[in-house]
Amino acid sequence: MNLVAILHITAGVLLGLGAILVLYRLVRGPTILDRMIASDVLLTTVNLVLCVEMVIGRHTRTLPVVLVLAGTAVFGSIVVARYVSRQALGANEEVQRGER
Amino acid sequence: MNGEIVTDVIDVVAALLLVGGGVLTLAAGVGLVRFPDALSRMHAATKPQILGLVLVLVAVALVAADWATLLMIAPILVLQMLTAPMSAHMIGRAAYRTGNYRRDLLAFDELEDDIERASSDAPPELGTGDPPAPTTPA
Repeated sequence: MNLVAILHITAGVLLGLGAILVLYRLVRGPTILDRMIASDVLLTTVNLVLCVEMVIGRHTRTLPVVLVLAGTAVFGSIVVARYVSRQALGANEEVQRGER
Repeated sequence: MNGEIVTDVIDVVAALLLVGGGVLTLAAGVGLVRFPDALSRMHAATKPQILGLVLVLVAVALVAADWATLLMIAPILVLQMLTAPMSAHMIGRAAYRTGNYRRDLLAFDELEDDIERASSDAPPELGTGDPPAPTTPA
């Protein structure tokens, strides 16, 4: 196993660990905004994984997918942020007390 | 022979850039789990969104090494740099309005001063204020 392969595996493991931590925040919440931020990061992680796969496989076939994901990721967070209301007041009190 | 060495060096540099992107993603994950409120978590979330994507796309361009790939990568970076601040602005505004932040962690809150000033400087409602002084034509 040469140096390049070790570095590729390291990058994959780091991306996977980051995705697991982001998933934890996506499930725990506690408010919809936290989940929205986490899902943004998860989408970026998917982008990075696609790029890493392109480098390892030495092709550029999935670049259009990355382009579309980078361009349309914004709509989800804007739409959700527009309609966030004060529904999460209980969770906000937890925030103020520093719990979670 | 010489070309092979250059290719190997490019491969190692590209792999190092990939590891950099992975480190930034892991940092974002740790930040999302450890930081206390939505505004702090936004701070952690932006790291892989711009710098991580830049590093990894540079690695793709290095390995592919042709102009068509570069022409595809430029609009990806431009789109990401245009849209990431838009979503961060909307999420930050919603987080402030719904009170999803730790007030004791704020160093200062300039928006609160502005909101107070705007509400105290508001003109009186119709029929409650003094009538306007009659203006006499000179």
